[in-house]
Amino acid sequence: MLRYLAARLLRALLTIFLVVTFAFFVLHLSGDPAMMILSADAPPESIAAFRAAWGLDRPLWVQYLNYIAHALTGDLGNSMRDGRPALDLVLERVPATLSITLPAFALKLGIGIPAGIYAALHRNSTADRLTMLLSVAGFTVPSFVLALVLVLVFSVQLGWLPSAGSDQATSVILPIVTLGVAGAAILARFTRSAMLEVLGQPYIRAASAKGLSWRRVVVEHALPNAAIPTTTIVGFMVGTLIAGAVVVESVFAWPGIGRLLVSAVSNRDLAVVQAILMLVAATMVTSNILVDVIYGWIDPRLRSKGVVDAS
Amino acid sequence: MAEPLVALRGLTVDFDTGKRVIRALHGIDLDVAKGEAVGLVGESGCGKSVTWLAALGLLGKQAHVGGEVRIEGDNLVGAPVATLERVRGRRIAMIFQDPSSSLNPVHRIGRQLGEALTLHRGLTGASAAAEAQRLLDRVGIADAARRLGDYPHELSGGMNQRVMIAIALSGQPDLLVADEPTTALDATIQAQILELLGEIRRETGMALVLISHDLGVVAENTDRVCVMYAGRIVEDAPIATIFGGASHPYTRGLLAALPELEGPRRRLVPIAGVVPEPWNLPSGCSFAPRCERVIADCERAPPASEFLTPDHRVACIRAGA
Repeated sequence: MLRYLAARLLRALLTIFLVVTFAFFVLHLSGDPAMMILSADAPPESIAAFRAAWGLDRPLWVQYLNYIAHALTGDLGNSMRDGRPALDLVLERVPATLSITLPAFALKLGIGIPAGIYAALHRNSTADRLTMLLSVAGFTVPSFVLALVLVLVFSVQLGWLPSAGSDQATSVILPIVTLGVAGAAILARFTRSAMLEVLGQPYIRAASAKGLSWRRVVVEHALPNAAIPTTTIVGFMVGTLIAGAVVVESVFAWPGIGRLLVSAVSNRDLAVVQAILMLVAATMVTSNILVDVIYGWIDPRLRSKGVVDAS
Repeated sequence: MAEPLVALRGLTVDFDTGKRVIRALHGIDLDVAKGEAVGLVGESGCGKSVTWLAALGLLGKQAHVGGEVRIEGDNLVGAPVATLERVRGRRIAMIFQDPSSSLNPVHRIGRQLGEALTLHRGLTGASAAAEAQRLLDRVGIADAARRLGDYPHELSGGMNQRVMIAIALSGQPDLLVADEPTTALDATIQAQILELLGEIRRETGMALVLISHDLGVVAENTDRVCVMYAGRIVEDAPIATIFGGASHPYTRGLLAALPELEGPRRRLVPIAGVVPEPWNLPSGCSFAPRCERVIADCERAPPASEFLTPDHRVACIRAGA
């Protein structure tokens, strides 16, 4: 088990390294930070001085090795815009992002999973059809459209909630709802089909034939099995807690990681973009490992395979 | 004849597919006496399994069940769920074709066995564990104590069927319905499992309904055979009568298709034609299109079941001829 985890960890680090490398070259080859930050009509001397100051005049591979060497010591470079360490800039945005993504995550689980279970248990009923109709609507409407509709209704028409910003306590509500709706819709659909799959299995009929009440059959026999595929999608949602709100943050002018990323990319503020991508890759990879561990915990078949892998 | 343990009367099942309603059972009459072993034989889709799933109310909402299933005065058809739950596992237990997928993959054997013991006998904790171990021992699982902690995927198909039998026994049922219990197992294991069922039956006096497509298996393990065809029982007689003087042409066809161990080698004779689809049954006898002895009257109406002798009934208008 320990060897298995160590192997997973090594693979995780490799993934993060590849993300960083790929991002480094794409960013450096796709635009000149000096032009972006100083503007194109700055005097050539200033541009040359800016480049020399940030090491942009050196060969790309030298810049790359330099970056990696520093990154390994925990130094992810400074923002070209305000000179502060990129990591600080990114980390101070994390609470703002989590303050909308975490409640949205709870909303997804709290609505999506019960709705999916209910729909599966009442297959082909009106409630099932209605749930699935709402679910399709929920995940096909793009989040920026939903965001605008919500603003139109609750801010412009009703005047109940602020349309953007983060200055009021109620400002979080619309971003949370916007993020939560699509996730809940996906999860409801996924949970429903996982439940239907499990309910069709012979062991469900066998459990009923034993004399267990339907309630116990569902709770003790169906749900633990349906949890296995559902974990995959929930794990993916955990992975998007940091970077899953780019669009929503932009629409609602929410001062989180997503907005920082958008402005950093358009300014070619390389160190900041890299720091964000590293953080995103790290959360994704962590949630993947977490999902694997949970799989082993709920599915004994995978547990013994894991042991075989490790030996 | 004494009061039967279970009596099916005019049991019908209609499956509502949304587009049309398909009748899978056309009025099954069947008595199972206390301690008796009855075989239920027929081709896939003839309604052998559906009969007992319907009796226990295990078919789900798309199935409409009619007729009566009497067990000690209770009619299970249309009975409240609580009544059905008191019968399932305790009066009538059932084991299934594919033992490995009939056990829940995420729970240990001990838990799945203990669940039934708690439910039917009120055993918990150490007394449930001790009884679970005794039952696993009884069904011939070596090292029972350790096996209680195993998951179904860690056991072979034959072992899992033994576990299923142990679970069925935990409710001390009056009747065990074994739905093709050995179809998914290889031949040597099949014999062992059938032997085990016989032993248990002799010990406990439990009745057995053995559902199989294999007339040979049924002949060796039961006292009486019901032959089913297209949702009806076409012949019902003691084993000796079936092998000595089967009356229904379908039963005779099944016998002719069985290989013999003794005597000269002969070609097996298949029954010509195929089973009609349930939604496209002929208006008369369902077997008429495949029958060698068909006459014009056969196509008029489905033949009623007639007793040739008190323990031999046949649904064929030419049975006497």
